[in-house]
Amino acid sequence: MKNVSRMRLTLGPAFVAMVAALALGLSACGEYSQVANYKPGNYQGKSDTRPWEGGQFAGNKQAWEAALANRAQGQNEYKRTN
Amino acid sequence: MARMKFLCDAERCIECNGCVTACKNEHELPWGVNRRRVVTINDGVPGEKSISVSCMHCSDAPCMAVCPTDCFYKTDEGVVLHNKDACIGCGYCFFACPFGAPQFPNGPAAFGARGKMDKCTFCSGGPEENGTKEEFEKYGRNRISEGKLPACAEMCSTKALLAGDAPVISDIFRDRALRRGKAGDAAWGWTTAYGKPEQAQERTQERTREQKQEGGK
Repeated sequence: MKNVSRMRLTLGPAFVAMVAALALGLSACGEYSQVANYKPGNYQGKSDTRPWEGGQFAGNKQAWEAALANRAQGQNEYKRTN
Repeated sequence: MARMKFLCDAERCIECNGCVTACKNEHELPWGVNRRRVVTINDGVPGEKSISVSCMHCSDAPCMAVCPTDCFYKTDEGVVLHNKDACIGCGYCFFACPFGAPQFPNGPAAFGARGKMDKCTFCSGGPEENGTKEEFEKYGRNRISEGKLPACAEMCSTKALLAGDAPVISDIFRDRALRRGKAGDAAWGWTTAYGKPEQAQERTQERTREQKQEGGK
């Protein structure tokens, strides 16, 4: 009995050190994804005014949309000439 | 809600660079900064095709994803804009962009010395009050708030470059393609936009001849 307890006392620190070294060594073998996972960040800067706010449209969104739609159709020369 | 996009009709672009000049003049861009440029494929070969390229205001913009200071934002109209006050000029957006849209006033300088990034704003200015001097100096003119479309598209002489709400300009382009009388893949396929494989082959042969001539001298 005495011998067994003595062995436990002498092996204890060595055993712990060995387990620790093994765990440390194996940790390098762990696989994890190295592909960057891009997430769109949250804009922290100044807020922008909307195009129809202020200026000539003075908050009239419908008038602004109509002006832009009219302008867009101006790019279609088939409609301009016919 | 509008979804603003550019669409360049390669059948119509005549490589006049009017869009490039219009953009540069409208926003009074500094030397070395070109928010828009014309790319020609099979240059010099009969049937060459040109496309006007700038920021495409991507739906899932890679520049927004990589920016370390999160200085990018998207407007309700789908226009990708950025805050120059937060930009540190790291150049990550330049490397991420597949169109080479981000521009730097100091050119390819060392990290952080490139200056604040500048790119196409779809003539929508930036995070300053609409139509102010500050907005113009930082981001250029805000034509969208004036009810106008981007200067490049409006100045295009052949109306090759279309800008505006995506469904509207798609309809204009579709109408044109149908009137051209080309059917199926030829209406708006790869060969229509970028030329035929024979053209690329011809160009390669031409290059080889030129190299041989230069080598003979």
